[in-house]
Amino acid sequence: MSTPATQTDTATTGRIGDSPLRPDGVQKVTGEFAYSSDLWLDDMIWGATLRSPHPHARIRSIDIGAAMATAGVHTVLTADDVPGRNRVGLEHDDQPALADGIVRYQGEPVAIVAADHPEVARQAAKKIVVDYEVLPAVTEGRAALDPTAPLVHPDGNLVRHLRIRKGGTVPDSAPVVVSLDFEVGMQDQAFLGPESGLAVPAEDGGVELYVATQWLHVDQRQICQALALPPEKVRLTLAGVGGAFGGREDLSMHVHACLLAMHTNRPVKMVYNREESFFGHVHRHPASMRYEFGADEDGRLRYGKAEIVFDGGAYASSTGAVVGNGGTMGLGPYRFPVVHVDCFGVYTNNPPCGAMRGFGCVQAAFAHEALMDELADRVGVDRIAIRQLNGMREGDENITGQLIDSAAPVGELLQIVNDLPLPPAPTGTRDLRDLPGGVANTTHGEGVVRGVGYAVTYKNVGFSEGFDDYSTARVRLEITAGEPVVTVHTAAAEVGQGLITVEQQICRTELGVERVVVHAKDTQVGSGGSTSASRQTYVTGGAVKAACEAVRTAILERAAAAARTPVAGLRLDGGKIVSSSGEVVAALADLLGAEAIEETVEWRHRPTSRIDPETGQGDAHVQYAFSAHRAVVDVDIELGLVKVVALDTAQDVGKAINPAAVMGQIQGGSAQGMGLALMEEIIVQDGIIRNPSFTDYLIPTILDMPPMKIEVLEYADPHAPYGVRGVGEPPTISSGPAVAAAIRQATGLALRRVPVRPEHITGTL
Amino acid sequence: MRITTTVNGESRQVDDVWPGESLLYVLRERMGLPGSKNACEQGECGSCTVYLDNVPVCACLVAAGQAQDRDITTVEGLADGEDLHPVQQCFVEAGAVQCGFCTPGLIVAAHDLLAREPQPSDPEIREALAGNLCRCTGYEKILDAVRLAADRMATT
Ligand code: FES
Ligand code: FES
Repeated sequence: MSTPATQTDTATTGRIGDSPLRPDGVQKVTGEFAYSSDLWLDDMIWGATLRSPHPHARIRSIDIGAAMATAGVHTVLTADDVPGRNRVGLEHDDQPALADGIVRYQGEPVAIVAADHPEVARQAAKKIVVDYEVLPAVTEGRAALDPTAPLVHPDGNLVRHLRIRKGGTVPDSAPVVVSLDFEVGMQDQAFLGPESGLAVPAEDGGVELYVATQWLHVDQRQICQALALPPEKVRLTLAGVGGAFGGREDLSMHVHACLLAMHTNRPVKMVYNREESFFGHVHRHPASMRYEFGADEDGRLRYGKAEIVFDGGAYASSTGAVVGNGGTMGLGPYRFPVVHVDCFGVYTNNPPCGAMRGFGCVQAAFAHEALMDELADRVGVDRIAIRQLNGMREGDENITGQLIDSAAPVGELLQIVNDLPLPPAPTGTRDLRDLPGGVANTTHGEGVVRGVGYAVTYKNVGFSEGFDDYSTARVRLEITAGEPVVTVHTAAAEVGQGLITVEQQICRTELGVERVVVHAKDTQVGSGGSTSASRQTYVTGGAVKAACEAVRTAILERAAAAARTPVAGLRLDGGKIVSSSGEVVAALADLLGAEAIEETVEWRHRPTSRIDPETGQGDAHVQYAFSAHRAVVDVDIELGLVKVVALDTAQDVGKAINPAAVMGQIQGGSAQGMGLALMEEIIVQDGIIRNPSFTDYLIPTILDMPPMKIEVLEYADPHAPYGVRGVGEPPTISSGPAVAAAIRQATGLALRRVPVRPEHITGTL
Repeated sequence: MRITTTVNGESRQVDDVWPGESLLYVLRERMGLPGSKNACEQGECGSCTVYLDNVPVCACLVAAGQAQDRDITTVEGLADGEDLHPVQQCFVEAGAVQCGFCTPGLIVAAHDLLAREPQPSDPEIREALAGNLCRCTGYEKILDAVRLAADRMATT
């Protein structure tokens, strides 16, 4: 191509590498931003959902008579009213939109109601009489693999078994052998904006759905199947999204609201309350893990063995891909000559589990990092040194035999966090607010011990294992009121992370135009792929960049022809076409007049491949992102209370497109990892969720969070647009294990389960 | 039932309110003021924080009837026309807004804090905002925003 790859433009601010403010910020601070739960139409009615009270039961009959007869109720629908194939699902369409004959988890949708008022709809739903025959349930991951376990689905309880075998057989012994079992509880995404949306019946017999989601087109595909409608009749627009973190990858109220709208011919709004939200989306898989590492006397790893069982709950969701991640990255960012990993995802009658930030790597990280500490202690070297000795480097092969062909700064990241100043040791009378227990006044420092912990982890970016992972961008340049304006249109979901800002920055950089309008996200443009796997800046960013390049080429060619000069050396800068000597060749306004230049590009990252089913070998992932954390904790060993005093981190982001937003991702991601280590768990007993509320499911508050020191490395990945490396997930993976390690160091306890609860520390369990 | 209140300086009247409705529902669904958010409707997250007679409350915990003849200010009432309140402006500038679902409640809570204590220490900020959950930011930039707003309000 004759045009420069990247503009060296000086006249435009808010380009890549700057930190322009997010374009929706003002609307969000004034309350004007329209989230999916804020939508409103004059004639709209409200939907509500009746859910199964049982983890496993056969439905003998459903009597909707009393509900239908309730004043204000417009309709009541069940599986019989689903016109298409009553199955949805991300990887396997194994989940009924409304239960047909069997319920497989507590909270499974059974019937839906539309009424004038949300409370009327909810009360009417309670009047639906369902006759259940309760069936035996399997409610523990390992138990599901027992051949005598109750079957959740007819084909068995195994969703996926991934095997990795490398370097021959595992030796019978090694100079140093360490092993452990580790358990991770079920974490919730706990996004603040509840599942919600508005479905509007359309005159062409189709439906418009305004909804908060992570991937409009994968929603559309599933809705079309359930409604038996072609894609052009199911039009989705992204409503304001109040956080996602993986919990909006699967459908929630989508099909239900559409069904109700089409049956009543009225717009239907559905909004879950917090309790329903705990039943309305998938959670992070609980994991049960067994690990063993063998090493030389000096701590150099000889082999790694792991068996990981992910409890996928009642439906597959993205369990297969979570197993892929948990297995292929399950031993952490270390060099292993010999590898033996088995990773299982199973069906149980627990709530379905699927995507959450960190996706399979989070659980494994707790185990491999605890084991590296154990190894360091056994060998008698410090915990940084053991990791630096064994840490992956650029040019290494990972455990699936994939070449790590860009930066892998494991040792450096650890060094950075290790070199950051530690918080001062506590002295004298301490402010209660700095102590475990805080203003509850449980200690003035007696019984409080300090600990420091480290972790280093890695995570793939983008979709893996041969998935056709692409994004589509449409970029249009035109003159509006005498000024050049770029409109960028993608379907890639903005969920709070700041993709819309990044899209603007890329357009400004590539086209040298100040004003960039971000078009509403909808299905009128091709798929943007999922807002997950830390992939949007990379993949949709790549698509926007490519579309801008196509627009730029068209404009420069036109300018060259008009000015009778060669196109080489021309560039766009500040709304003008400028020659290599800096001379203005033409103003965009004059060149374009009333005409617009528009290009649509589908963009793919380099392909990945499936891994070998017997050996697990293959180039499974497109890119890896590394991070390290150091946590400092104060633990009240008498009461088991923990105060995180510092949570410092270093991460390689390739290229910080928006440095302020990168910091925001690292801070927020670190908080979620810390939450899993300390407090966040959906308690499921015999398939029943015991704590579906923010009263009983705790997430970190501003009092729980310590100050965070953050160091960002920018080692450009030569294969990625601008050198970017995904940012969102790594901090959630390394922060939790560092916190757990710090508590172990403070207390001397083994602590082989997270979240660490007070009774684990006091031994009163 | 009928409810008459003053909201953001304007007298408002709504009819046919079902007695079980919360103030939050009435604001959001009957008055066209969805700025106050509905993250939990259990009094646990602070996203619905509004002023009720100048005292910040969780609107989800206030029965609609309790708002009768009271004075309510919501996040929609804090800016002066097009001019954002410094707290709002600083939340935008500091990058304290990601998804923004916590933001309206935090803005009201921070606005109240700075009215009571114009130069809060970090522990005071943390204590004042302890009832407002945010899932996106890890709170660092929220602290930055409040510090920035305190400075800016001191110099204007
Ligand atoms: S919505 Fe009122 S406190 Fe959460
Ligand atoms: S910005 Fe998303 S909850 Fe605070």
